Formats: sequence, structure tokens, C-alpha cells
Amino acid sequence: MLTYMIRRMGWSLLTIWLISLVCFFIIQAPPGDFVSVLMANMEAEGRRLNAQQVEVLRERYALDQPWYAQYWAWVSGILTQGDFGYSFRYNRPAVEVIAEHLPFTLLLAGGALLLTWVIAFAIGIYTAVKRYSSGDYFFTFLGFIGLSVPNFVLALVFMYIAFRYFGMSVGGLFSPDFVEADWSLARVGDLTKNLIVPALIIATAGTAGLIRITRANLSDELTQPYVVAARARGQRENVLLMRYPVRAAMNPFISTVGYAIPSVISGEVIVSSVLSLPTTGPVLLGALRNQDMYLAGSFLLILGVLTVIGTVISDLVLAWADPRVRRQHSGAAQ
Amino acid sequence: MTTGQKTANDRAGTRSSGVLIWRRFRRHKLAVVSLWIVIGVYLIAAFADVIAPRPAGDYNADYPYAPPQSITMTDPGDGRGFGLYVHGYIQEFDEVSWNRYYTENPDELHKVEFFVESGHDYRLLGLLETDRKLFAPADADAPFFVMGSDANGRDIFSRVVYGAQISMSIGLIGVTLSLLIGITLGALAGFFRGPIDMVIQRITEVFMSIPTLPLWMALAAALPRDWGPLTIYFAITVLLSLIGWTSLSREVRARVLTLRSEDYVVAARLDGASRFRVVRRHILPSLTSHIIASVTLAVPAMILAETALSFLGLGLQPPLVSWGVLLQESQNIRSVITAPWLLIVPSAAVVISTLALNFLGDGLRDAADPYGGAVK
Repeated sequence: MLTYMIRRMGWSLLTIWLISLVCFFIIQAPPGDFVSVLMANMEAEGRRLNAQQVEVLRERYALDQPWYAQYWAWVSGILTQGDFGYSFRYNRPAVEVIAEHLPFTLLLAGGALLLTWVIAFAIGIYTAVKRYSSGDYFFTFLGFIGLSVPNFVLALVFMYIAFRYFGMSVGGLFSPDFVEADWSLARVGDLTKNLIVPALIIATAGTAGLIRITRANLSDELTQPYVVAARARGQRENVLLMRYPVRAAMNPFISTVGYAIPSVISGEVIVSSVLSLPTTGPVLLGALRNQDMYLAGSFLLILGVLTVIGTVISDLVLAWADPRVRRQHSGAAQ
Repeated sequence: MTTGQKTANDRAGTRSSGVLIWRRFRRHKLAVVSLWIVIGVYLIAAFADVIAPRPAGDYNADYPYAPPQSITMTDPGDGRGFGLYVHGYIQEFDEVSWNRYYTENPDELHKVEFFVESGHDYRLLGLLETDRKLFAPADADAPFFVMGSDANGRDIFSRVVYGAQISMSIGLIGVTLSLLIGITLGALAGFFRGPIDMVIQRITEVFMSIPTLPLWMALAAALPRDWGPLTIYFAITVLLSLIGWTSLSREVRARVLTLRSEDYVVAARLDGASRFRVVRRHILPSLTSHIIASVTLAVPAMILAETALSFLGLGLQPPLVSWGVLLQESQNIRSVITAPWLLIVPSAAVVISTLALNFLGDGLRDAADPYGGAVK
């Protein structure tokens, strides 16, 4: 188990390093370097940087040196001082902007993931047990609709219905009364209420795939001799189902949750942009539109790293839950 | 298993795999219906010039946000004869709210004719020069908005029909590119294993662990602003495929790994066939059906990605017309409330096409392996 954990983490560090290269490339992609864009922006606002400030900034981001030196200047800044660069749209360090919005993203993505999981789990078991029933067809069809309707269309339809029929204008995570309020039980309740619909919208995209996988795996398990044996012993059908085949069918389920994380983050970005929730989505979109590249690149880096961590955790949970996975991966070492 | 099925299976041994796949595919009713829908959508895209009553950019400033007209079958009794007619509009302008209110004008009837000369020349499939439209009002200047109009008085129906050209082709071209990358890398990794497999696996993992939409957004935003619409179209397609190949590559790798220890592959190797020949002649052909199924499932994902990017304003830009570009206009919830058809019509086009492609892919995946497992 320990060797497996170490190997798995080693690989994820390599992945994170490659992700940081991709993000750095994206930061560098627009024409003009950071300082010249900053100067142009400040001149547009009627302010100027003096020659000394320009020099300090060029030094800090190693702009006169080759790209690998610039990459190193960026990465070492992050690692040693938590300096992700400067956002000139917000006139603040990028890390402050990120810290402000990331908790809501995690909350929303976590909620969506949980919903995806619960829905897919329940429907997956139901459709596997009642295969080819009308309920099976209904839910399978519903899952495919969820897969085929773009998230942002659902969000727009939701806004339209809320406005047209309930006279509510949707947007934000808090009702007007709670925006400035201190944290209290009522405020948490309000937040949860406002989170459910966006989380549900994001969850629609991921559930169909998970339902199919659960259904396929569980169907294979249901015909196994041990199920027949348990039934012959006179075990009640519900107890039997949960005790053996569902547990065996869970494994691929846990491992796919790891790959559900990127799709949930993608959904979060677009749904939040439509519903103007104060998460990373709209900020990332704004940063990209205005070529505020340090902010955009840092968001991308953090979202990528979080996804890798999520995937690692799901893999470790899988290895803990299933001895076969452990053995398969440490097989070469033995 | 009943005796009837058994004899059918015995006979199956003598049929080619193509026949078996088709036979199994036909059992998935929804997939068969979807196949026809997909063919229909691609035909609409190919014959957009004939089907759309107006050119994509054609506008009529007198009719912003006009609601959908209903087509009625009647005889107005003024000598024009029995046929299909649409009513004109009566407009009222509210000076306070600056809103336009449309009502049907019972006295104004415009005849709709088939294969009518429209005065807008085009080349059908790039060959035949004509100006005939499948159906259009006989009077070329009459308002004709079967699915409503947008803020500039452009016909939504025509624009959605033209949008099919770009939205559906981006899926196809993008997937073809992904397929080339995916098959090459997947086959290399699966066949050679060892360090090559390791490197390819890590690269795949990197691309799979970055949330795709933000990455697409970032790369699309990095495209030079002075590129023309056609260049942007190709650049976006390339971007979508550069990230979309990962699942295909994993699929191919897993299949190659299992296939390479099959007896007939081992036999070919022992026969002294080169590695390239073994992969090309023995492994890839038996992958074809699985690849077709995965590709069909990748097309709708790519269409949705383009729609999302363009909707956010980072993908294709006007004057190009794709379903995502059309949905840009419904970004503002106020205009959706004034004119719900701005959201409904392009969304319906997206949902119908992606749903059909998803069902088709699902049916193909079930049918892809005609020899394996019991008939489910």
C-alpha cells in the first residue's frame, strides 16, 4: 500500500509540473509581455510607471531572460512567497482575487459532485435491478437528455422561469438580505438554498455516464453465483443487494469519480458565468476577455492542481477499498 | 436461451462481422431513429442554401424581435388561390418602455410557395447556380419569420439552418483530428508498452486532469485577435481536437493491450511480420467498430464544447453563424424574456443533434462487438 501511495504521488507531482508548464505557456501566449501590457493599461488610465518601477517589475518576472528563466521566476515566486503574479484588472495580487472566490467554487463543485454521485448511485442501482423496465428506459432517457442539453442552456431556462413565473431575479449566492450579513445559521441556510439549483444543473452533465457504468457493472455482478447462493440461503433481497453485489460494483464507481472532477469544474465555470455567482468562473472569464493573464493562468493552475489532488484521493480510496488494485500496481515491485 | 435464438447464433458464425453489427444495431430502436435524425441534420447542413428562406446575414430592420408566425392553410378569396399563407404583423410601440408589441394582422396575408425564386443567388453544393428556395413567401419583401426574428430582424430559422453547417462540421473535423492523434498515441502506447507507454500515459493524464472548458477558454482567448473568421474557425477546431483526443487514446490503448496477446496477433508476429504491419493489418482492423462507436460519442461532446465557447464569446465570432454564436444573443436574460425563441430555437437544434448522436453512439457501442457476450 505504501509503495503504491508513494508511486501514485510521485506521478501526480510530475503531472502538476506539466500542468504548470501549460499554464505558463498560456500566460505567455498573448502578444506583449506583462510589463508592457501593464504600462499600456496604466497609460490608458492616465497614470505612468516610472523607469525604476518598470526595471523592478522586469527584474521580478525575469522578462529580459529566456523563457525557462521566466518560468522559474514565476514558479519560484509561487512556491516561496505564494506570489502568483499581479492582476492589473483588479490592481491587486492575483492570489488575493483567487482566495476570495475559490471557497465558493469548491463548495459548488463539491455539492455538484455529491449530487452527481447520489443521483447516479440511486438510479444506477435501480436501473440495474429493474433492467428493461419502463423505469429503466425513462431514467436512461433522462440521463441522456442531461448529457445533451448544454449546462448554460439549463441555467438560462432556470433564470427565465424564475423571472417570468416567480418574479425573482436570479444571481449571486445570497438573497439580498444576507449579502452583507454575518455568518449565522440562517445565512448558511440561505446559501444552501441558492446553491442547490446551480449544483443540480452542473450535476446533470455527469450523471448519465456514471449511471451507465454503475448499471453495467451491477448487472454483471447480479448474475454471479455468490448472489444466487445468498438468495438460496434465504437472505432478504434488499439486504443481499446492498451487502454483496453493490459493494463489488462500487469499485469502478469510485475510480470514475476522479475523472468527474474536471467535468464538474468545467460545468461550474460556465454555469456560474451565466448565473453570475461569485465563484472563479466569471472571474476567469473576465480575466481571459481582458487578457489579465497572470490571474487567468493562476486560476487554471490552481483548478488543475486541485483536480489532480482529487484524482489522487479517489485513486487512494479505490486502492484502500479494493485489494486487487493495490496488488496490480505493486505487482512489478514484488 | 430459446432454441430459436440458438439457431440464429449458430448461423451467425458464417456471417461477416459487418452484417452482424448491423443486425445487432437494428435492435436498438432509438439508435436507428437517431441515425436517421443525424443523417437529416447533416443533409440540412449540406442543403442549407435551399432550406433557409433567407441568407444568414439578411436583416429587416422593421421587424426586431418579431414573434414566430404560424403558417395557415386557407384561401383568402382574392384570386391568389388555396395554399399556405402567413399573416403579417401589426406593431405597437410603447414610448415609455421602448418595447415593441406584435400582434397578428388578420387582413394581411402573404402566400408561401415552394421552390420559389428568391433573388438571392447561391451555388447549390458549390456547383449549380440558382436562387430557388425550398419555401419562401412569393413576395420577397414580405416578413417571413416562422421561428421569430432577432434584435436586428434576422430570421432565426434561416440562421439556425446555416448554423448547422458550422456546428455539425466542427464536430466532424475536430473528431477526425482527435482520432488521428488518439489512434496514433493509443496504438503506440498499447503496442510497445514500456517507456513509450509510460510517457504517453503521463501526457494523457495531464490533459485529462486540467478541466477542459477553462483550458479551452484560455487557449481560445490566446488566439490573435486580427485573425479572419475562417482562420478562427480552423483554429478553434484544432484546439478542440488537441484536448479531445485523450479518451479515444485511452480506449485504443486498452483494446490494443488485450488484442496483442490474441493468438492471431502472436501468430503474425511469429511469422516475422514487422511491428508496423502487425498493428496496421491485424490490430487496427479489429478495432474499427469500437473506434467508430467512440468517435460517434465524441462528436456531440465537441459540438457542445464549441457551443459553450462561442456562447461565452471566446469561440467563433459573428459574422460566422454557429449555434453557439446564435445563443450569444440569449446571454442577456432581458432579451430572452422579450423573445424566448432566441433561446429556444438554437437550443432545440443543439439538443436534438447531440441527443441523436449520443443515442447513435450508444447503439453502435452495444453493437460494436457482435461476437462477445450473450445477446442482451
